[in-house]
Formats: sequence, C-alpha cells, structure tokens
Amino acid sequence: MPLVLERRQERSAAIAVISPLLAIALTFATMAVVFAAIGKNPLYALYVYFVEPLTDGYTLSELVVKATPLVMIGVGLALCYIANVWNIGAEGQFTIGAVAGSWIAVATNGTNAGHWVLPAMLAAGTVAGALYAMIPAICKVRFGASEILTSLMLVYVADFFMDYLVRGPWRDPHGMNFPTTADFDPVATVPTLFDGSRVHAGSIAALIVVMLAAVILGRTIKGFEIRLVGAAPRAARFAGFNANQLVVFTFAISGALAGLAGIIEVAGPIGHLQPGISPGYGFTAIIVAFLGRLNPVGVLIAGLFLALTFIGGESAQIALKVPLDLTKVIQGILLFYVLACDSLIVYRVRFIAPQPRAATGSA
Amino acid sequence: MIVEAIILSVIAASTPLLIAAAGELIVERSGVLNLGVEGMMIMGAACGFAGAYFSGSTIAGALCGIAAGTAMAFVFAALTLGLAVNQVATGLALTILGVGLSGLIGAAYVGQGITPAPHLYIPLLTDLPLIGRILFGQDAFVYVSAALIGGIWWFLYRTRAGLILRAVGDNHASAHALGYPVLRIRLCAVLFGGACAGLAGAYLPLAYTPFFIPGMTAGRGWIALALVVFSSWRPIRLVGGAYLFGAVSILQLHAQALGLGIPSQLMSSLPYLATVIVLVLISRTRATAGSAAPASLGMVFVPDR
Amino acid sequence: MVDSGSVGRAFRQPLLRAVGITKHYGDVLANDGVDLDLYPRQIHALLGENGAGKSTLVKVIYGLIQPTAGELQWMGQPIVLTGPAAARALGIGVVFQHFSLFDNLTVAENVALGLDGAESFAAMSARLAQVSRDYGLPLDPRREVWRLSVGERQRIEIVRMLMQDPKLLILDEPTAVLTPQEADQLFAVLERLRDEGRAVLYISHKLDEVKRLCDTATILRAGRKVATCDPRRETVASLARMMVGADIGEVKPRAGRAATTPRLVIRDLSLAPDDPHGVTLRNVSLEVRGGEIAGIAGVAGNGQDELFAALSGERIADSADAVIIDGQAAGEMTITQRRKLGAAFVPEERLGHGTAPRMTLSENALLTGHAASGMVHRGFVDRLKTLATVDKATERFDVRKARRDPEAVSLSGGNLQKFMVGREILREPGVLVVSQPTWGVDAGAAAVIRQALVDLSARGAAVLVISQDLDELMEIADRIAVMFHGRLSEPIDRGRATREKLGLLMGGAGLGTAGTGEARRAVGA
Repeated sequence: MPLVLERRQERSAAIAVISPLLAIALTFATMAVVFAAIGKNPLYALYVYFVEPLTDGYTLSELVVKATPLVMIGVGLALCYIANVWNIGAEGQFTIGAVAGSWIAVATNGTNAGHWVLPAMLAAGTVAGALYAMIPAICKVRFGASEILTSLMLVYVADFFMDYLVRGPWRDPHGMNFPTTADFDPVATVPTLFDGSRVHAGSIAALIVVMLAAVILGRTIKGFEIRLVGAAPRAARFAGFNANQLVVFTFAISGALAGLAGIIEVAGPIGHLQPGISPGYGFTAIIVAFLGRLNPVGVLIAGLFLALTFIGGESAQIALKVPLDLTKVIQGILLFYVLACDSLIVYRVRFIAPQPRAATGSA
Repeated sequence: MIVEAIILSVIAASTPLLIAAAGELIVERSGVLNLGVEGMMIMGAACGFAGAYFSGSTIAGALCGIAAGTAMAFVFAALTLGLAVNQVATGLALTILGVGLSGLIGAAYVGQGITPAPHLYIPLLTDLPLIGRILFGQDAFVYVSAALIGGIWWFLYRTRAGLILRAVGDNHASAHALGYPVLRIRLCAVLFGGACAGLAGAYLPLAYTPFFIPGMTAGRGWIALALVVFSSWRPIRLVGGAYLFGAVSILQLHAQALGLGIPSQLMSSLPYLATVIVLVLISRTRATAGSAAPASLGMVFVPDR
Repeated sequence: MVDSGSVGRAFRQPLLRAVGITKHYGDVLANDGVDLDLYPRQIHALLGENGAGKSTLVKVIYGLIQPTAGELQWMGQPIVLTGPAAARALGIGVVFQHFSLFDNLTVAENVALGLDGAESFAAMSARLAQVSRDYGLPLDPRREVWRLSVGERQRIEIVRMLMQDPKLLILDEPTAVLTPQEADQLFAVLERLRDEGRAVLYISHKLDEVKRLCDTATILRAGRKVATCDPRRETVASLARMMVGADIGEVKPRAGRAATTPRLVIRDLSLAPDDPHGVTLRNVSLEVRGGEIAGIAGVAGNGQDELFAALSGERIADSADAVIIDGQAAGEMTITQRRKLGAAFVPEERLGHGTAPRMTLSENALLTGHAASGMVHRGFVDRLKTLATVDKATERFDVRKARRDPEAVSLSGGNLQKFMVGREILREPGVLVVSQPTWGVDAGAAAVIRQALVDLSARGAAVLVISQDLDELMEIADRIAVMFHGRLSEPIDRGRATREKLGLLMGGAGLGTAGTGEARRAVGA
C-alpha cells in the first residue's frame, strides 16, 4: 500500500483551519466534473449554485432564513458529537418540536388569545424536542441500546405522527382538503425583523445559541466535561464525570434546540403545520456540525454555507434544469471531503515507493 | 388462501432485510461498523432498476445493484480504512450521499415499469398444496438469501479464512502482529457488505414492487443494522430476526386493509417502533450476559511501519 | 566494556545477523545503526531501558516493520522479510510483551492463527496436545482465552511458537507477568530449548534474570548499541550503568518517618466486577497509616485494577465502611468527594485513563484538580490556575517537554508519569493510591517518582503502592501484601519479606481459602 498514515506528534493547528476550506475547494472541483459530465458549463453552474445567491438582497435574506434552523440544530449536534454521543434523529426532534408548539397554535386558533401564545409555543417545542430526544438517550443508558439506530427510527415515527395530525384531527376545515393546519394567528407567529423579507427573530435566537455554546464549551467545567467524555471516556470517569448523565444531557440539549428550531420554522417562515416542513434540516445539520469542526462559531459559518447549497439548488433547478436531489449529492460529497480532510489534522499522509518484493527466504 | 398469501408476502418483505443484514454481519465481524447500509441499498435500488430497464434482464439489474453497492462501499473503505476516518460519521455521509445520488439517477425512471423477477416453477413440486409455492415457487433472490446465510455460517465457523476474519474483528493489533493484513481483510469484508446491500436494494424494484420510487428503501438499511445487533452477530439468528420484521411489516399492512379504525400512520410506524423495542430488549438481556459484539468493532486501526 | 565475547564465536556462523539496522519514525530515530549477531545454542539478552529501541529491533527481525537502513542476514545470506509469515517460514518465532492473542477465540483457534494453516485443524490440535505435554506446558485447547490467567496466556504464545519448530525464538519481557516461581519454570524451558540447538533472543530490563540465564548480552541505549558483553562476568551495577549511561541515585529514606494513625482503611471490601471478564474482590482488608508506604504485590489481573477502582471511587463499594479515608466512611462516595477528603489517585494506564492523550497538560491538570484545587469558580475554569499547576509540576518534578503546555501524548512515558504524580502531590494529599508508579518509565524518572512517594509519606501522608515490580516494592514499601484472585494476604513487614515468600503468595499459596478450581487455574497446575 503506497499510502501511509503517520500520527502527528501534536495536532496541526494550521490544518485545523485549512481543512474545511480544502474540503469545500475539493467539493467545488468534484462538482465541476459532475456538471461537465451532465453537459452543463461547470463554471456557470458553480456560479449559479454558490455565487449568484449572494448577489441579490432577497436570496441573501433567504440564506439567513435557511441557515437559522441549520445552525440551531447543528450547535446541538456538535455538542453531542464532541461527547461521542450519536444523535442522528434531529429531524424527528425538529418535527416533534414543531408539532408540540403547533398544538397550542391550533388550539388557540381564531380565539385571539393574547401574547402568551408564542412564548408558550416556543417553550412547548423546546421541551417536546428535549423529551423526544431523551427516549434514545434513556434506552442507551438504561438498556445499552444503540442510540444511533433508535434515534433514527424515531424520525420515521415522528413523521407518521405529524402526518396523522395534519390529515386528521388538525386539518384545516377550510383548507380544500389539503393536509395542513389553518394558518397560525399573528400572536402565534414569530415576527419578522425587516419588512419585505422573511428574516425573523429566530435568527437572533440562533446567534445567541452559538455564543452560549461557545462560552460553555470553551470556558466552563461543563464544556470540559463534554470534551473529556468524548476524547477519553475512561479518563472522564477518573475525573469524576458521569458519562451516562452526559448522554442524557447532550441528547436533551440537542433535542431542545432541534425542537425549538422546528417550532420557529412553522411559526415563522411557514406559518402553519404541514408535511414537508423540513427539506432535511435535521440531516443536513449533521454535515453542518462536521463542516464547522464541531465548534459553535464554525457551525455558524458552516450553516450559512449549507444554506447556500439549498438556495443555489433551488435556483439551479430553474436556471440549469438539474434535479433538486443534486443538492443532496453536493452535501454528501462535501461531508466526505470534510471527514477526509479532518484526518490530516491527526495524521500526516505520506506516499512511499512500493517495497521491493524480492527474496523472502534464505537463498 | 390467505395464510399462504401472507407467508409469501412475509418472505418477500424479509428477503431484502436478510440479504443486507447478512452482508453487514460480515462487515461487523471484521471489526468495521458501516452505518451506510441505507445509502448503499438505495443506490442498489436505483442502479438495479436502471440496469434492468435497459437490458430487460433481472440478472443484469441485480448485477448493476451489486456494482453500485460495492462502489459505495469502496468510498466508505477508502475513508475509514485508508484515511482512518471515524466510521460512524462516514457511514452517515454514505447514507446522505446515497439518498441524494439515487434520487438523481432514478429520477428518469420514476413511473417506468419493468417485468418483475420470475418465480421458480417446478411442475408437481410447486403445485404441492400448502408448502409448494412457499418452498418451490419463490424468485431467485429468496434462494440466494438462503444460500448466503448458509454460506456465511460455513465460512465463519468452518474455514480458516473465516477464523482469520473473526480474529481481525476480535483484536486487530494481535492480528497485525501475527502478520495478517488487517486493512486488506477489512476492505474485502466492507466490499462484500456493499455488494449484499446493493443486491438487497435491487431486490426492491426488481422483485418486490416492479417500479422505482425515490427513497423506496424507507429505512430498511437501518433495520438491517438493528438486525445484526439482534442476531448477536450470528448468521442463523439473523434469519429469525429478518422474518420477524418482515412479518411485522406485512401484518400491519393487512391490519390496515381490514380497516380496524386504527390510524394507518400508527400501523405504518410499527416496524420502526418494533426496532426500537427489540433493540432495547436485546441490549438489556445482553447487559447481563456480556456483550457479543466483535471486540474491535468501530475502532480505527493504523498500522505502524 | 566492549565485546568480551563468548567462547568459540569466531568459528561459528551466526544464525541471524543484523547489520546497521536504522529505523526512523518521522523525526524519531528508534534504531540507529544497530548490529546484532545471534548464534545457535545461545540465549542472547537484549537489554535496554524503555524507549531504548528494543521493541523496534524485534519488529524488524520479525518482519513487522521495514528498517530505514541496514540489512538482515540469515545463515550468511542477505534477506528481506516482507512480513511475519516470511519470518516464520525461515524459523523465527516471537512471544510478544503484549500478547498477540484473541480473547474471544479458543486456545486451539489462537494457536491455528499463529501457524500457517498447512495442516488440518484436527492434526494441529493433536500436535498442540503433543507439544504442550512434551514441554510441560499444559493447556485446554477448547477454552476461550479471556477465561485464562496471564501465565496461561503466555503459555499459549510459547506453545504456538514451539509448534513452528523455530530455529530462533524471541521473547519480549516474558517474566513481567509471572511470579518468581513461574519465571523459574520458564527459564527451565528456555534452557532446554537452547540445549536443543536453538537460538534465543531474550529481551528484558531485569538484570538479575539476565545474569542468571543469558550467555551474551547486547545493550541498547537511545536507539544505539552501546556494548555486547557476557552478562555473567558483569555485575548488576555495571550492566545498569551501561543501560542508563550514568549511575542511578538510590532512593533516600527520609529520616524521622514514623507511622501514625490509620488514614486509609479498607475493611472487608467485596465487590463483583462490572465487566464480565473482571475479577471479584473478596474480603479485602488493609490499614495504611500516615507516614507509611504500603505495597500491594501480585501478578497482573488478580484484582489490582478492580481494587484501584474501588479505592478511587470509579466504582462505588457496596457499603460505606468498606473504604475509610481519614476517618470518613467513603465507600459510597464518588471519586470527586473522595478527592475533597484529601485523597489522590494515580492509575496505571497513563494515556486514556490518567490523562486524555489529545488534551493539553493544563486541561489534564484540571482533570483531577477540578474537585478540590480551586480551579473552578461558579462553573468557569480558571486558566491561570491550571497553567500554574503545570508550571509547578514541571519545576518540582523535572518534567521535560517541548512547550509550556503541550498535549499529553507528546510527552515521553517517564515525563508524563512525573507530571501525573506531580499534579497529585502538589495538592499535598493525605492519602495517595498509586498503581504501577514506574511501569515503562526510564530509570531516572523512576528514581524521581519513588523519591517523591517516600518524601510524601515522610510529610505524614498514607501512601498505597500497587505494583507488579517486586524490586520496587521491596525498595520503598514498609509493608507488602499480596493480591491473588481478588483476595489480599496479610501484609508482611519489609524486613521479613523475601522474594520467595512473596512469590509463593503471588502464586496463591498461603491463602487457604483460595483453593478453588479457579485458583488452581491461575497457578497453572
């Protein structure tokens, strides 16, 4: 094998910064090849995907709208992954948060209930997301069931549950039989920040979440606990930290953030509950977390970049006539490159000339 | 004959789970955790359908599915074995990529039809009452799945290569010290797992429903992963698990058809809920009996030189 | 001190000759132009401190790694070893220090994996029975390895090697895991193998053994060969000087050390393991007084790890009275609460248990210091305090490192161990429990650490040292108890403790209650 990994004496700090950028560059290069292969001008296609959305005020504001849930979920997932806890069911926690908050909106619909409605919805979404995330966490610490599989299975369950509600008891009676609730009242809606754009107060919440997470991880003993449990579980036990409690804690935090993102999404840009409230935010946020190198500030930047792929994907669908699934392909390839480049932080890759396969025995 | 029909449909629903899980069992026995089964399966489904659509042949379609799954597995192996990347994260990436790529490839084929895989027919034997169609009237995939399980059992417990595979999964450092090429053995296992997942995926549009829809694997890859845990990494127990899950998913369909007044969404989520419950039960009994998982499962191995 | 040689060397051809072996790992030079000649009918010692390059040289000879420069010759012919299989085909067999066994496979399967598979499993099993009978190394081929004692595991490795009928046998630190009596049995086997005409390369840092057993010795220091000599004509002191390159300071027992009141009391501690492969602790009792160092000897895997976990609070005991720290019933306390009582702990495993390898030293100071060192205020970490701990430990215990605050993994074993002991001693603990304080540590660092333990006890602390190194315990401990199968013997005062007496206890003799089948297995009868 001509390719050899050598463990670095210490992590390379420079490469830690360069690696996500390198991953993005490699993704661009790969996509250029893909575009050329399907007969599109690669430069123009990349322009449509990654530059054009940045040149227009409306798409820029849409970028922020799409990045908001990605960043919020991504921060929570980053906390989990640092602790070596594998919550991959954020999509389900997002849905359940949206459902729980919507319950209040639907129940108070048309009653002009007052300004307590939105805070109550946000609280309900957050708590429900946290509780739903604690199911796999508790299955893990009490029974040892793999949280990867259980958290993912609960995504399907959440989807069916929401589907049942919007087709059944919560369906808008005036909605022409579409599977959707009635539009939420103004008191049940997250306010927008500027007239004429969909940027809403949830984006500010996402920024606060990023800052809090950065302080907790970098400066507090709890942040040290999260990092230590992930990096060296036996040493964490020696330090006196309880890994099981941390599994529940990180799942609850990430579930709460996903649930909050879910209710903000339906009470903000969407305005009612319906199937397909998420174009896969919960899964894309996994990529956001890794591209951001599991660092809250990195997640913020990565969230904006992944939002760009969603927006670029939509305009490319029109301008280039490529299917929307291409966006998922770009995201998947990006994640591969991110992971591969991260390996360079710990290892140095060397190519060695093949060994001469000569005389083995005594001649 | 309703019972026969149910049994036939249970077998059909169980076969892709069994094939995919059998492949993953070999992967995990070598000490590698590939969570990308869902991604490899859906790619197998898309490419398998495309192959069959162009050639008109089920076998060509199955081979395309196998090739697609293997290619996906190779990407996984390049990262986890070649670059020592975390296996959990890479497996997730494989699923995300597979779902997107299969949508891209399969878009052209949505709404197209093909001739489904033919069923075996042996005069007299297939016509036997009760067992005839169950034993002698299946499509080729079902017999392949049976042969796969038998073959894997024989390989693991009766061959030297199988012993080496188990050894690599138990302790890669020891295997390396004795001179076994750990990474090359794992590469073979991962590729085999990919081939099985691709074949399992191809089964869906080639035999189960003779058309392709995006996302048609619907979490079967993840259920296959749960089945490997359920089986305690033993091939024979895999059969019981796969058929149990096949039965749950078929029975919920029949229950829906009967219209018992239970919301269809609740019935549809049963297989997923069942997976969670089974994982909890099997993990709890194992907590007292000691883990059966290969000891170096999911751990990164980098040989020094 | 150069090549006093052994008789008749000039007239015989070496079986294996290594010429100028050099091996780089990145910037590290693990072997630097090492020459080695191994002759049939000779037990050749390879001596050196940890990190001197012994293991690297063994890996080269076994084909596991390729040298950067240099050549191997087999019976006069140059060879290139493409891998262990090639080495085995020539007739080279190795017993590794960290065994190359598979816990969940049976003895027979383990042996089969070490052979090249030319014969059927049945034939191999028959031969296994034959060889193990011939050499007096009994084994049950159907048992799974995790059920066996360390001594039995080594037996598998040796039998597996013998079944290849090797011309050259390499044993890497084989007695580290044996009782003195088991070691004697091993020496008898090795002498027999030599007399059968085989060459033996015996890697060790135990000088007594080498003087007793070996015909020739090659000494490595910092990757280079410093001498080849006849160990029987050297003294232990002269061999040590060649290994270390300097005289080693003796540990000075501090005057005025007097045992006071008991500060650590273990009372009838029984605990089932949380891991199915673990050892059950049975009625362990011991008192360690202030100003005293107590030692716990024993072969690895007899419950020392479990005892450490129960004392530290990584595992909670079943009753509060089972562990008493400075008069407080602490058996049900967490490790953090025990640290707040003034206890401190240093585990055996440096990387991954005592420290997080990829975290900085200051973060590793926080790892044990967050409980009771004022490093945390209202949940926020005081970076200045954690860095100050690193600086103080560096200065007081001579921790050598490239930067002020590097990652733990970048330190050598000796320096990291000094840091780990240092970060605890800086807190002036009243009770210190330390496991294998000098395991895999160079002689200089070992001397610093032992002196620090003696000094701490002189200041009134109770120190408990768990060690497999009898010499170490006999040097610093006031009383020594022996752990066997989860039970602890009565402690013996240093003056009355002999190697023979302790060795018998390590093999399970004298613990009347331990005469179960389980116990016999560990002794290997």
